[in-house]
Amino acid sequence: MTTQATMPHPPAPQSGRDGFAQLVRAEWTKLRTVRGWVIGLVVTALVMAGLGLLTAVGGSSSCQSSGGGPARSGRACGPTLTVGPGGEPVTDSFYFVRQPLTGNGSLTVRVTSLTGRIPPANGNPPLNPNVSPDTRPGLVSWAKSGLILKESTRPGSAYAAIMVTADHGVRLQGNYTSDTAGQPGAVSAASPRWLRLTRSGDMITGYDSVDGTHWTQVGTVQLAGLSPTVQAGLFTASPAYQSISSNFGGGTSGSILPSQATAVFDHVSRSGRWPARTWSGDYIDAAGGSGVGGYHQAGGRFSVTGSGDIAPVIAGSDAGGPILTLSNLLVGTFAGLIGVLVIAAMFITAEYRRGLIRTTLAANPRRGRVLAAKALVIGSVTFVVGLIAATAAVTLGAQIARHKAYVFPATWTTELRMVVGTAALLAVAAVLALALGAVLRRSVAAVTIVVVAIVLPYILSVASVLPVGVLDWLLRITPAAAFAIQQAAPQYPQVTALYSPGTGYFPLAPWAGFAVLCAWAALASGLAVVLIRRRDA
Amino acid sequence: MEATIEVSGLRKKFGPTLALDGMSFTVQPGQVTGFVGPNGAGKSTTMRVILGLDAADDGTALVGGQPYPSLRHPLSHVGALLDAAALQPSRSARNHLLWLAHSQGLTARRVDAVIEQAGLQTVARRKAGGYSLGMRQRLGIAAAMLGDPPVLMMDEPFNGMDPEGIVWMRGFLRSLAGQGRAVLVSSHLMSELQDTADHLVVVGRGRAIADTSVRELLAAASRDRITVRTSARSEAMTVLAHAGATVAATDRDTLTVSGLPPERVVALLGESAVTFSEMTPHRASLEEAYMELTRDEVEFRAQPAAEPVEEATS
Repeated sequence: MTTQATMPHPPAPQSGRDGFAQLVRAEWTKLRTVRGWVIGLVVTALVMAGLGLLTAVGGSSSCQSSGGGPARSGRACGPTLTVGPGGEPVTDSFYFVRQPLTGNGSLTVRVTSLTGRIPPANGNPPLNPNVSPDTRPGLVSWAKSGLILKESTRPGSAYAAIMVTADHGVRLQGNYTSDTAGQPGAVSAASPRWLRLTRSGDMITGYDSVDGTHWTQVGTVQLAGLSPTVQAGLFTASPAYQSISSNFGGGTSGSILPSQATAVFDHVSRSGRWPARTWSGDYIDAAGGSGVGGYHQAGGRFSVTGSGDIAPVIAGSDAGGPILTLSNLLVGTFAGLIGVLVIAAMFITAEYRRGLIRTTLAANPRRGRVLAAKALVIGSVTFVVGLIAATAAVTLGAQIARHKAYVFPATWTTELRMVVGTAALLAVAAVLALALGAVLRRSVAAVTIVVVAIVLPYILSVASVLPVGVLDWLLRITPAAAFAIQQAAPQYPQVTALYSPGTGYFPLAPWAGFAVLCAWAALASGLAVVLIRRRDA
Repeated sequence: MEATIEVSGLRKKFGPTLALDGMSFTVQPGQVTGFVGPNGAGKSTTMRVILGLDAADDGTALVGGQPYPSLRHPLSHVGALLDAAALQPSRSARNHLLWLAHSQGLTARRVDAVIEQAGLQTVARRKAGGYSLGMRQRLGIAAAMLGDPPVLMMDEPFNGMDPEGIVWMRGFLRSLAGQGRAVLVSSHLMSELQDTADHLVVVGRGRAIADTSVRELLAAASRDRITVRTSARSEAMTVLAHAGATVAATDRDTLTVSGLPPERVVALLGESAVTFSEMTPHRASLEEAYMELTRDEVEFRAQPAAEPVEEATS
């Protein structure tokens, strides 16, 4: 009998391509033809976006209840925050001894002392740190005093300043967010600091010196569109004293109390046109600080006392009303993640449970490529789900929230990073779940492990139920580190604050945190490929 | 591609259990090869090794002269039905076939063709979870036929089928062989393969104990045996056993005699004046032949008392 002659069809010609596209198409067909998974993905997107929108609405309602007056439109109900030249919310509260300066010019001074008073270490907050006997001598780390050149006395106006600080040496700061280090070390009578600020058009240059003879340029600050006449002079500010302690078993508690600082200046010299001839003292935005401040002039010697800070506002800090960041609007990510992880793990464990994996692997004996196709499909699908949900939460949520609450501004690049990053977080986490599913071959075990590894550290950290140090490390080494991709507001080294996941700050930089998740996913995928090749199906 | 399966010297251990112990046989095109043996004899393991799902510790398994894992679009070379229950229950039969087709670069048209071939047109869009075992077997057949392969391999395809389905399956397997395909069908029940298989590979304890055509096997099992019908059963047994024959009483008035030619039996009975009403050459059933072959290979078998045949030898 001639086999070939009686064969109805010869075997299909082998395609020239390697057939990976066919494999991807097959896996996509598998995913879309299980209705439960499709519904699950849709629900995941809805819950994820919905929780964000609820947060937006919730932020508004708490505002309405505290209102009581006639309905106001726009952002009137939110806290009225001072906004800096860059559009970001700022604190601009300090004591200012000033004169107008017209045109170019410079101001030079020697600082011989920076001292202050801080609240008692343990005890009740004093009613007024200026008069209370409870305060003790001391400085907060970023107590600052020096020369400032400012567009006007309006809080939030452009400025450049060179200053001595308690613990961070000489700094040149400008427009609230920039910060450049100068000479290190603390100031004292034995080790004074000379400071100089020079205006030339839009460019403000800061210099420091230890002897008034040898000067070092610290840096320059450009203040675009600066008026011909500006206010320049001496200033002192002292940020709030924060004592934060994490409690055993959960939560942080602490107090944020005003502090004050006093600096002593001499050898004040000016060049350029200073039409007023005499100095006048003002508290800028007294309501924003403790209101403590003043100055004393005796001959060429000035003593300036102040409180408050000239710095960006940190998201999550008490600003007297509802403040939302875009991170808050993405709060549903953890819920979306759970849905995605379950479906991604089941995408392979369901095949093991039913024995269907044998059909899959018999149809495609190159097993590593089967896993790769599955990862590509589940990763792409969850990326799209995450992208839709995150876009809806951030754009719609911000629209809703902006009517009633203050939404922390973010640049479009930050917004893009958060939305795309959240989608990528879901996608890579899905690949991790798939890989673990392939390693463990059991739905429950795989889902439990990935949820514990990714979602649990995040929930623990947001709920602050573990000491901050432990949470910090959890968010560095577990796959949950990837939530750093959702950090909306930058962390400023020149501002002391409780930068916690609960307020939208993460220990790792956004893409570094995301890389931790990618590393875990790569590790699990590598293990999955080795095992699926080696094991009997 | 030559439509053959060649298995040679397969060995495989699962932990301490020796599943395959030198399994060797060849499946030829144009015939249905029955793959029979008691449960646990290594039939399913052999099939998984052929498909590259399980790795053998030793030996080779070739499909059309090539190892299965080296095949591109393997479903166009080998169609296999291993486990009819291996389905995602919430996926419809048609969608199950569709992803399988996509993985091989085949189209939905091919899917509809095999659905018709397996007689599933009316239920193809229903969830496979609601299928009876018989319907799942048909779906498994459809999946095996997707790539129109020259080699087919089915593990216990008759399981769960109703009588009508069994008739259909037999005809289907015969027609596949008639088209020149190589068809390997495993079963632990020989009766299922009666009138279906042309060739048999009988396995026990992980190796092939017979690799023969059905005709030869039956002839071997029937050889030299004579059925004698007599009312004087015990006298006949005494006479014939005394003459050196092996005599088994199969019924109240029937004896199966072997070891003596028919003429000698007639003469002996005549000499001793034992009357008999009928004497015919014995025709063994496939079941009987199989039982004989696997007698020593069945690992967990019932007490000998349950055997229908009692034997007496001198």
